[in-house]
Amino acid sequence: MSALVHDGTAVLGRHLQRIRHAPAITVMTQTMPIVFLLFFGYVFGSALAMPGAEYRAYLVPGMLVATAAGGLMTGMFQAAQDSHRGVMDRFRTLPVSRAAVPLGQALADLVASAVGTVPLILVGLAMGWRIEGTALEALGAFGLLLLFRFATTWVGILLGLASQSEEAAGQLGSATFMLPLLSNAYIPTDGMPGWLRTVAEWNPISAVTTAVRELFGNAPVPADAAWPVAHPVAGSLLWSLALIALFAPLAVRRYARR
Amino acid sequence: MTTTYAVLSEGLQKRYGEVHALRGLDLAVPEGTVCGVLGPNGAGKTTAVRVLTTLVAPDAGSARVAGLDVVRDPAGVRRKIAVTGQYASVDGDLTGAENLRLFARLLRAPRSRAGELLERFGLTAAADRPARTYSGGMRRRLDLAASLLVRPAVLFLDEPTTGLDPHSRNGIWDAVRELASEGTTVLLTTQYLEEADQLADDIVLIDEGRVAQRGTPAELKALIGSHAEVVVADPSLLEAAAAVLDRLTGGAPVLDAERRTVGAVTADTTLTLPRIVREIDAAGVHIVDASLRPPTLDEVFLRLTDRKELIA
Repeated sequence: MSALVHDGTAVLGRHLQRIRHAPAITVMTQTMPIVFLLFFGYVFGSALAMPGAEYRAYLVPGMLVATAAGGLMTGMFQAAQDSHRGVMDRFRTLPVSRAAVPLGQALADLVASAVGTVPLILVGLAMGWRIEGTALEALGAFGLLLLFRFATTWVGILLGLASQSEEAAGQLGSATFMLPLLSNAYIPTDGMPGWLRTVAEWNPISAVTTAVRELFGNAPVPADAAWPVAHPVAGSLLWSLALIALFAPLAVRRYARR
Repeated sequence: MTTTYAVLSEGLQKRYGEVHALRGLDLAVPEGTVCGVLGPNGAGKTTAVRVLTTLVAPDAGSARVAGLDVVRDPAGVRRKIAVTGQYASVDGDLTGAENLRLFARLLRAPRSRAGELLERFGLTAAADRPARTYSGGMRRRLDLAASLLVRPAVLFLDEPTTGLDPHSRNGIWDAVRELASEGTTVLLTTQYLEEADQLADDIVLIDEGRVAQRGTPAELKALIGSHAEVVVADPSLLEAAAAVLDRLTGGAPVLDAERRTVGAVTADTTLTLPRIVREIDAAGVHIVDASLRPPTLDEVFLRLTDRKELIA
């Protein structure tokens, strides 16, 4: 266990150093949501039934969750890069705890994304979004965001380790931007056709978005939604913990596989 | 006196789908020696290293490295080895110094070791530049330095000088010689006969996942012999030249009508170029060009596989 902490910290440090030297991917994945926020908030938002200011307050939490879901992409991209450039094999030949390498990556991603979300929050505040709940609720919302980020990163790490090439991982990774489109992150699900609404509400992004909106006091829990959305905090916790419980061991196993 | 083997494998097999990368590989590397594993691309060199360094589990067969079983005790093997090569590399996004400090931490080596090794491999000036900006030679040196943070019992070098210029290559060779003189067992794979000749105590030639031949560099050279080739003026006299060459070399001459050449391999170390020229000339064949030189690796392999087929 202490070996895992020691090795995991070393790998965490390595990833933070990498981000410092080559910040492009991190900066890009954290600034794209700002661009989307402005587009959706002012371009599409102007044509929606919901008044613009109200929609923008509704949209910011959705964008925060969509950004957290980006752990899928960054996790996949980083793991694929390490796998296909030989560094991962170097680690595999070292007497290093098998969980340390993926764990260090997931933790470094968590730190980077926590810092990287600050500009998005500032732009959101400038657009008129406010935290209207209690401080404790707001902390809970940020906690759920980080937990969800950690969960999606593990899914990404597994997919990246299993990828055939960096390019394949890059393509699959960029396709994940569609996942929030199939949720209530940008648009309420009420108006969707029945089957699509069911799919969207069982999307983990919807549960987390609803929970974050509720905890920030931006929007109430929608009526007669699917269970994870109707019970958004419990739904978010369950979704995130289930993803971690499933994908973290699979990723470690994949890393250790010979 | 019994020999202790740092690397000992028996009947290693590994298949990747249709590709049978290893077909029963037997290796025995005595402790403290340098073993050169020589073979063309696709012979199974890298797969052999990947199995011995615990990256890949064999489908069949067994292997012990530093006395530990690579299948049953991979964690134990990892404590005894270091690997440098095409498939196990450093992190290009980190600087040279950061790379060594990272690996020092993971290997529980003192931090000061990183600085010592940067100095020893002439990387101090480049220590704070990202490794991806390094030249090929600098990168291999950094790779090798990362393998020496803790002195390994067995060092695996997978094609350590492929693609390097002669100067960088000599630098790597010096480092390997120094390590070997300190008693580290080295297993190195290479495509270059000269590299194996320079560094290895023993050479193992592998082809199609099996050992084709093994011996000391001198033994293999004697076994393979030299390659004689003559270019004749008149292609209709090629057969006559071949008959003479056959008599002199005993090595089944190969004719090439288009290039007007006939070539043969000879194990006879007393055969000289003037004698070949004289005898063919005496047979009434005009020679345009003639040579007698050590065979290329390609010829070595053709020859060894031919011989195997003849025996089989």
